[in-house]
Amino acid sequence: MTAISDRQKLAYVAAQASDARVNLELETEGMILNIGPQHPATHGTLRIVAKLDGEQVIHAEPMMGYMHRGYEKLTEVRTYPQVTTLINRIDWVGSFANEVPFILAAEQLMGIEAPLRAQYIRTILFEMGRIANIILFLGDMAVQLGALTPIFYAFRDREYVLNQIEAVTGGRFHPNFDRIGGVKDDFPKGWIEDSLSAMVKVREFCDQMEDLLMGSEIFQARTRGVGVIPPDVAQQFGLSGANARASGIDWDLRRDSNVGLVYGDADWKVWTHPDGDSFARFWVRLQETREATSIVDQLLGSIKGGPIMAKVPRIIKVPEGEAYVATENPLGEMGYYIVSKGDLTPFRVKIRTASFNNVSITPWLLRGVYVPDIVTILGSLYFILGDIDR
Amino acid sequence: MNPFLALDPSYWQVTTLKGIMALVVVPTGAAIIVFVFLFKFVSFMHSRLGPMEAGPHGSLQLIAEAGKFIQKEDIAPDAADKRIFKLAPLIVMASTFLIYVVIPAGPNAVLVDLPTGIYYVLAVSSLSVIGVLMAGWASANKYALLGGLRAGGQLIAYELPMVLAVLGVVIQAGTLNLQQIVLAQSGGEIFGFSGLGNPYILTQFVALVIFMITIQAELTQTPFDMPVAESELVAGYQVEYTGVRFLLFFLAEFSTAFGFSAIAATLFLGGWAVPAAWDIPTVAMHFAGPAILLGKTMIFCLFIFWVRFSFPRLREDQLQKFAWKVLIPIALANIMVTAVLKVAF
Amino acid sequence: MSSSEDTTIPVSESPAADAPSEPAAPVDDLREGLVERLTELLGDGVVDHHIIPGKDVWIRVTADAWQHTAESVRYTLGCRYFGFLSAIDWMPSPWGRGMEAEVDTIVHGKEAKELPAQTTGYAGGDTRFQVFARVANIKDHFGITLKVDAGDETPSVPTWTKVFAGADWHERETWEMYGIDFVGHPFLRHIYLPGDFEGNPCRKDFPLLARFVKPWPGIVDVEPLPGSDEPGSDTAGSDEPAADASAPEETA
Repeated sequence: MTAISDRQKLAYVAAQASDARVNLELETEGMILNIGPQHPATHGTLRIVAKLDGEQVIHAEPMMGYMHRGYEKLTEVRTYPQVTTLINRIDWVGSFANEVPFILAAEQLMGIEAPLRAQYIRTILFEMGRIANIILFLGDMAVQLGALTPIFYAFRDREYVLNQIEAVTGGRFHPNFDRIGGVKDDFPKGWIEDSLSAMVKVREFCDQMEDLLMGSEIFQARTRGVGVIPPDVAQQFGLSGANARASGIDWDLRRDSNVGLVYGDADWKVWTHPDGDSFARFWVRLQETREATSIVDQLLGSIKGGPIMAKVPRIIKVPEGEAYVATENPLGEMGYYIVSKGDLTPFRVKIRTASFNNVSITPWLLRGVYVPDIVTILGSLYFILGDIDR
Repeated sequence: MNPFLALDPSYWQVTTLKGIMALVVVPTGAAIIVFVFLFKFVSFMHSRLGPMEAGPHGSLQLIAEAGKFIQKEDIAPDAADKRIFKLAPLIVMASTFLIYVVIPAGPNAVLVDLPTGIYYVLAVSSLSVIGVLMAGWASANKYALLGGLRAGGQLIAYELPMVLAVLGVVIQAGTLNLQQIVLAQSGGEIFGFSGLGNPYILTQFVALVIFMITIQAELTQTPFDMPVAESELVAGYQVEYTGVRFLLFFLAEFSTAFGFSAIAATLFLGGWAVPAAWDIPTVAMHFAGPAILLGKTMIFCLFIFWVRFSFPRLREDQLQKFAWKVLIPIALANIMVTAVLKVAF
Repeated sequence: MSSSEDTTIPVSESPAADAPSEPAAPVDDLREGLVERLTELLGDGVVDHHIIPGKDVWIRVTADAWQHTAESVRYTLGCRYFGFLSAIDWMPSPWGRGMEAEVDTIVHGKEAKELPAQTTGYAGGDTRFQVFARVANIKDHFGITLKVDAGDETPSVPTWTKVFAGADWHERETWEMYGIDFVGHPFLRHIYLPGDFEGNPCRKDFPLLARFVKPWPGIVDVEPLPGSDEPGSDTAGSDEPAADASAPEETA
């Protein structure tokens, strides 16, 4: 299944080496180029300081913090429901998915389990957040590479999913819907049928993307073999989500961890790809979108009636203790480490975001690539600035 | 009786008229392309409607755009080399105007009927490279520099396949003069059947494909738009240009697209002419010629922009490899085959 | 601390955990085994540990053994996946954290409340600053939280970058936010804050600057829930749940 032969790898390395020899002889100095913080290719205010030698990168380093909002300090003075409002805004495209690990960690400390229907609702909305997020990625990666058309299809088809999320939660991007002990509201009437038809449209979109983009030779030429991350390096840096699975690491927190979501009730598959290049990351995410629609379909088919909120006190005081819960968010592994002292507010919340680790690999990864490849690699790693900068 | 033959304009009157014609036709060509393809065609491809506000179905949007550009402040970056910075768009525009000089639109409707028509076009179209390089260097901006250098490499690399592709047509027609090429196609015959004339698209299909690819590259359109890579270099060598200067770059790009499509129509589809076997009187062709040429040009423009909005872009080293290792050998092979067949038949 | 008896113990990933037939203290063999192995490898390095059966394990080590811990965990225990690395400042915040009104207006001149005593969390702690890290074993599906005491005034621990390359940015962030020096880190510099920033924002004695600008108003009038009479805070036990348990059920 791997498309990069050893000969091609050797040829690539040999080309780099010969370029380096020429540069050494001619003693041309590097040019420092700031990519960002305002730039169409960085998803937000990320600044990459690249030292270039012609078109090749000698050294590239991201500088972040343009969007740092100080969440970890803020959470120390907010009550748990207020923290939920804050953390909605970390990965703003993944909407509902941000709140879930925090709520689950708080519930773990309180010893509460949400009712089954609430767990179903959480899982369904979680997967819809994933679909919305990854559709944006699929269109966005195309735009990074120069194909102007797929992103319009992406935004058009995302609307169906976002409309569904809005119908339930009232918010497209910041639903603020999860509560300790359950969810805020139930589905409105007719929501299930609308969601099923939205999933059909998403699947059509995935097929379109596969035809339009993945089959294109130019796309393959731009992404195959670009930004290869070996699996061990990926684990060292803590790469998670589709980035890790594209390097062949078979690890998905939906299947492998045991939190209060009902993935066990659906029949689905974890997609991996052995190559570890940008194409693999795109491919894995495309398959994951399809898989997410299948999960939503199955859960919508098997959801039963019941309460949506467990009995929790009005004012929530979480008992003393520590808990770490991580879930498979659209961007990767997002986890909250809550230290509680029995107060209304947490004592310390460490927010482990996927994009922080995903982007930390870029100085290692961007050595020796061409300038257009910087954009390809960053696009394929797919980070959201709010996720990096918290 | 042709009423126009009674007039006998002097040389300077004719030249002035021709100058005005050029000044009108060039932006009009750009305007047609921009409205049809950039506003409407691409919008429908993207499943949206495009500009609908200004005028019915957005037809007056162009006026709004032109007005917007004209009323902008004329600024140049502080560290830029002002004279070269201001001169660069004019050079690119000049090369565009020069292309239109030899395109025939009717039996007499050509500004200058040069005997070395197509050779002149190819030579003059390379002038734009200088303009682009000037823009890149004089902008005092690293992004512009990267874009300008990429453009330099790319445009020069794709000149060669273009020349070689056109050579096939020239060998088959036996002349460099564009008017003669049109007449050769209209008056020719295919294996004795003269109902369709002899459009060179049939015999020179390979050359046509190469020519269209090289046009795409010469216009820095996707998939060859590394110099203006929007998501990396944010407009590349044009990044520091605004207002009328940017309008000039913009116009030059799309006028050149129109001009090259017209040349492709002339070389491969028979230009303004219909097959001579249809026996249409010349008087009618004086009026119908430009319309026919317009139709054929739009066909080629359609292909250019269709490809532009469908594909991602090639990386610089990939597109150089494509030009040197793929296009040039194929074009050379085409020339050899054409020459052999021309002599044999 | 949440008592394990009340939670419904979910299906544990550990292959050898006992079935929840006895509600008191089920034994988590996998995690007990981890603590034993690590104690074997580090000896005196392991100071304390805490296990919540079926859920998680916390192990506290000494600062001298911190680097060796990383190596043991990565090479011997198979935890090759680096989760994160950060720090906790155990000092209670002098500004108070409750939701009472005007508690933050000590910045505006009011008297400070008496600080509660400093307590630490799972697996204990001796100093004000603790560095903690999370690693995971992907094949066997478990994770370990490791803690180390960093110190009180000038906290410092060895670096993990030689073992886990990804710790680079995490240690930079921890240094920036807490002022913990990582000995052996290639280049400790600011990651979020501007280069000339002074102070360590996440420390408890670094005030939340927004409160200087505008005093926190405390709990404002809360709208009464449908069905209850008065707004504001009931602190007594279990009240009405936030949503009616007999809400209209949407069946498939």
